Amino acid sequence: MSAGVLPVVEPHRHKAASLHVDAALTARWLEAFLFDELVERRGIGRAVVGLSGGVDSAVTAYLCARALGPANVFAIRMPYRTSSTDSLAHARLVVDALGIDETTIDISAAVDGYLQYEPAADARRRGNVMARTRMVVLFDQSAKHAALPIGTGNKTERLLGYFTWHADDTPPVNPLGDLFKTQVWELARYLGVPVPIVEKPPSADLEADQTDESDIGVSYARADAILALILLGYTDAEIVARGEQAADVSLVRRRVDGTHWKRHLATTAMLSNTAINEFYLRPVDY
Amino acid sequence: MKLAIVQTKPRKGEIEANLTALGDVFAQLARSDVPDLIVLPEAALSGYFLEGAVYDLALDAGTLAERLAHLWRERGDAGHAVDIVVGFYENAAGTYYNAGMYLEVTPGGHRVAHVHRKMFLPTYGVFDEERFLSRGRRLSAFETRFGKVAMLICEDAFHAIMPTIAALKGARLIVVPSASPGRGFGGRGELESVERWKSMLQTYAAEHGIYVVYAGLAGFEGGKGMSGSSCVVDPRGEVVVAAPAIGAHIVRADLQPREVDLARAELPLLGDLLAVLPDLLLDDELPLPVPVRVARDHKSESGT
Repeated sequence: MSAGVLPVVEPHRHKAASLHVDAALTARWLEAFLFDELVERRGIGRAVVGLSGGVDSAVTAYLCARALGPANVFAIRMPYRTSSTDSLAHARLVVDALGIDETTIDISAAVDGYLQYEPAADARRRGNVMARTRMVVLFDQSAKHAALPIGTGNKTERLLGYFTWHADDTPPVNPLGDLFKTQVWELARYLGVPVPIVEKPPSADLEADQTDESDIGVSYARADAILALILLGYTDAEIVARGEQAADVSLVRRRVDGTHWKRHLATTAMLSNTAINEFYLRPVDY
Repeated sequence: MKLAIVQTKPRKGEIEANLTALGDVFAQLARSDVPDLIVLPEAALSGYFLEGAVYDLALDAGTLAERLAHLWRERGDAGHAVDIVVGFYENAAGTYYNAGMYLEVTPGGHRVAHVHRKMFLPTYGVFDEERFLSRGRRLSAFETRFGKVAMLICEDAFHAIMPTIAALKGARLIVVPSASPGRGFGGRGELESVERWKSMLQTYAAEHGIYVVYAGLAGFEGGKGMSGSSCVVDPRGEVVVAAPAIGAHIVRADLQPREVDLARAELPLLGDLLAVLPDLLLDDELPLPVPVRVARDHKSESGT
């Protein structure tokens, strides 16, 4: 019998929660979701997508075009006077690639019409007014086209609360809300979203030179990795032990914990045994 | 035995419309190669996530049996006997269950052979069954013209002890009406939740030498996509046929009862288990209730 040293086999230590998605499978699933939600459930075969020039709305438009046919997708570009010209150009790339209908509605007059009475409004307030004005336009354009507005919010921004409540989150159907930003990028590459859109730094484009990652204070890659572990129940210390920076973990945790309210509808005082959504429970598709 | 699984994609809460659609399916099935057994998913005629609306939509077993038997005679093949398994929400005199019915329809009449009430009611994460429903109390293997059959509804089959008990009670076929919201997209061309289902069903089928027929609900319910993937697993654990995850489908297969005997001869694990079972169960370290008979003997010994 050999007295040699036996080879040792070990598992990978702290295998990271994988954020990889099978993009082909995901795309098929989300197309079926859009078709069922719009055509089968609501009898509405048309979609309106607010096309910002960013990757989320681009992917949403691609999925809608696959699910409903390009002729049934209406893209709305809604620039404000400070919006980046790149955003408009990138939105145009999507329109041209898909062959979908496009309307550009400049929201500057509507936004400034209100903000002239609030000249002291800071950037955050101004950004929220813009987002909510776009929501008004999107819903009205949906009525005009007998279409449904489709949401574009992803899981990362929903978890971080990086969106305007009752604005970006209002469309009744949202295909991307359970995909992290890095997964949206993976899906975008599979769908053939134009490369400049996939590779540029994401931006809410509410202010000049704004980027999401500088607003949030951590990269999407790190935020997603940390969020995935938070959702699985790991403590901050356990996440740090898996190689994340303590400051990043604490920042992400704080943002999630501070924004649970943003992922709910209004808090309603309960007074009876028939309070809606407390006792009187009916599913959304009933 | 000619099997047809009907992977339904019901309209939420619209039982009449869904029965009409099922009539069309019966007509299709009756056109050629008429099946002997038709299996439908869990909550096949109402949709799965009903919340409080379950009290509006639950049916008593007799009424549903009558409707299905009538539908088969009207739209299917009145001259051909067929057995139908259907998952439904049951109103049993004011107690509500997630149930599966095994119905025998003959040219002359119909008979409910068995109603299985789901025992494991998932009440975690996206699931909320026990908030609205009561749980069944017994897993039976019941006689049919194809031999003994047992039904497990969705999460019933997540517990390995359930198919084991079904097999120990003599089942040669386990029918699993299910409604499984698909999740996990990091896999290799198939949903991770579907991969898990198939691997479990294959394990049970091969361990016990039984046929497993899985009928999965399809369609999206408020964003949750029911993952279809209805399939037949043979007694050697091979997936004979499987439907896609998305959309309504009919899955056809021919089940050979003889295959159960052959598989068990090759791998006699069930027979081995029968021999070892008493040692496993009569173990005072198991968290089992004291058997009633023992308790009664104890009572008489104490002189009361």
